[in-house]
Amino acid sequence: MEHDIYSTEGLYKIVEKTDISATISKHVIYAPLIAAKAKAGHFVILRSRPGGERIPVTLVDWSPENGTVTVIIQAIGKSTSEMNALKAGDSFSDVAGPLGTPVEIKKYGTVLGVGGGVGIAELYPIARAFKQAGNEVVSILGARSKDLLILEAEMASLGRVLVTTDDGSAGKKGLVTDAMKELYAAGEKLDAIFTIGPIIMMKFVAEASRPHATPTFASLNPVMLDGTGMCGGCRVEIGGKPKFACVDGPMFDAHQTNFDALMKRTAAYREQEKESLEKYGKDHNCRIGLH
Amino acid sequence: MENKPKKPTPSIKQNLGRHQDAVARRSNFDEVAMGFGLEEAVTEAARCLGCKTKPCELACPVNVKIPEFVDLVHKEDLGAAASKIFETSLFPAICGRVCPQETYCEAACVLKDKFGPVSIGRLERFTADYARKGGLIKPPPCAPDTGKKVACVGSGPTSLAVAAELRKLGHAVTVFEALHEFGGVLCYGIPTFRLPREVVRFEVDMLRKMGVRFLKNVMVGKSITIEELKKDFDIIYIGSGAGLPTPMNAPGEDLVGVYSSNEFLTRVNLMEAYKFPVSDTPYYVGKRTVVVGGGNTAMDSARCAMRLGPENVTLLYRRTRAEMPARAEEVENAMEEGIKFEFLTAPVELEGDEKGRLKRVKCIRMALGEPDASGRRKPVPQKGSEFYIEADSLVVAIGSSPNPVIQQTTPGLAANKWGGIIIDEATAKTSLEGVYAGGDVVRGGATVLLAMKDGKAAARAIHEKLSAKGN
Repeated sequence: MEHDIYSTEGLYKIVEKTDISATISKHVIYAPLIAAKAKAGHFVILRSRPGGERIPVTLVDWSPENGTVTVIIQAIGKSTSEMNALKAGDSFSDVAGPLGTPVEIKKYGTVLGVGGGVGIAELYPIARAFKQAGNEVVSILGARSKDLLILEAEMASLGRVLVTTDDGSAGKKGLVTDAMKELYAAGEKLDAIFTIGPIIMMKFVAEASRPHATPTFASLNPVMLDGTGMCGGCRVEIGGKPKFACVDGPMFDAHQTNFDALMKRTAAYREQEKESLEKYGKDHNCRIGLH
Repeated sequence: MENKPKKPTPSIKQNLGRHQDAVARRSNFDEVAMGFGLEEAVTEAARCLGCKTKPCELACPVNVKIPEFVDLVHKEDLGAAASKIFETSLFPAICGRVCPQETYCEAACVLKDKFGPVSIGRLERFTADYARKGGLIKPPPCAPDTGKKVACVGSGPTSLAVAAELRKLGHAVTVFEALHEFGGVLCYGIPTFRLPREVVRFEVDMLRKMGVRFLKNVMVGKSITIEELKKDFDIIYIGSGAGLPTPMNAPGEDLVGVYSSNEFLTRVNLMEAYKFPVSDTPYYVGKRTVVVGGGNTAMDSARCAMRLGPENVTLLYRRTRAEMPARAEEVENAMEEGIKFEFLTAPVELEGDEKGRLKRVKCIRMALGEPDASGRRKPVPQKGSEFYIEADSLVVAIGSSPNPVIQQTTPGLAANKWGGIIIDEATAKTSLEGVYAGGDVVRGGATVLLAMKDGKAAARAIHEKLSAKGN
């Protein structure tokens, strides 16, 4: 089907929505201009409604034929909760993109993907692109518990999958880095590592691969505002130099990344985020995310 | 208004307009300058001598027919006064508010030295507001469709000017905006207390009624490239602005609480963070805010910060008040609102706590030395003058340079070493056939008025090109 990329007809409509778990939903959104340009590693900025916050989310999938892009959103604050409350047939008010610099896909040999939590969704298209480029793909998927583990079957279709959970309800009890160490100990040849997940996890993935000098890349998720390189709020320190995650990233050399600085900067609005979510919870009699 | 003076009354004192009370306005984002009422406007207009040489009009970057429109205000024919302004300027409600008239038309007014100039800017604003609120503004007629298509990249003042001019001439115009609101710096940069959003929306809606197509959320260079646009459009005008903040390069700039003015103003203005938690985007100022810089953006940042309720806001500028690039009126407004100015002062290091949050700013005093390349006396650090200012947040407002994304993604598009797109000054043409540029992406951080002026000039050149035989 031909799509008029300059038309606003039906733009940003949710053509399909699937709840993956209590807090994680998959949205397939009509956005033909973005679908036509998307590559692995690109992200979009979403707003659920006029006045809403701008939320960056890495693309999970896209279809130039259908004119759609797919994102997976975990409800952790007010804005993401509002997004997941949308239904098929509703529309986001804004989807901007594709943004960022796509991942350079090339033949490494064996590529290890390490995904944590909802980061697995963002890892999937990258792992798939590496598979299509002729790499062998091995994945380590980490989650708090079995019900928060997503896309295991999809990842398994690309190659071997190792699962770790905090409580042992799926795979091995432990951390993704435990599984990494086992791979290294078994003498597996790993030619590149791509990791997406909580900052603390990515930091330890980088530390685990550093002694082996395996090229390692992490997808960074700093506080972001415009996503166009204008505000500098998403600045991260790579090799001692400032980079903007929105235009230079979000994927960077993990061995050069200052994860500690990133952790501090992502905590900048924690109190305000809590305040906003609590107000939302009260207004909507809802307990999502209020642990 | 029965006894309206027929002769000019230049010796009446210049009316500088009323302002919202300085204390009251510190807790709201409503417009500070309140604008003339009809009687005030007519009385002020009566001061104009109607000089035949029109020094004011010649000094205006977009050559507004000032003596003629002021005369029509004097005659209380406001519809005609508005039409007269619209002949050369499409956005008087915006220009009347943000143009530095004191350096253009009002500086040229012959009454300036003796009685104070005619308040031309305030009269322009009054006329535009009166016409808008009275429904007197109709979309201007557009020439029959030429079949030519023009893409404007960015929806700031320069693109809006291009869109308006070319649409009137019958060309089909599409405006691409990366953000979710149209207006560029008029939305994300200039605070509502200087430029209410309904004024910007009205102008965009007017262009829509003329048939201009507006597409949001499209970041040219990422969502679609200039080369791809060239397949669908005859002409591309790049007006993507000065979107890259200049860092101080001082240690500690990554601390939490340290903002570029672009981020701070975008949060507050575009995302309406000042309404948080009713709005969704948060801000952080803490108890003490420091703003670094001496331009209009620094004034806007300091005045926004003051309205967010900290105990104090301090502005650091490395030269003296006389060298400040900001409009004098904005500096006065900022001072009235209680912002503390530390002149001849520069930050040298930002210090944080264990959580990585800004705690204090190490500053140094400066003295003015020999003139530098800009002709201004160069600030020289005074050894041993270091001191500290406690601060929870700091806004860096020392300039911005052109957003580099389009230059980086468009092969063959020539740019200078500051990242500005290089154009032929007479035609606004870039190094690529059919691609034009203007505004801050060419100039670096300049003014709304110069951006509009660039747009008007480029539109003339583009129209000539599109009208040429064989096109």
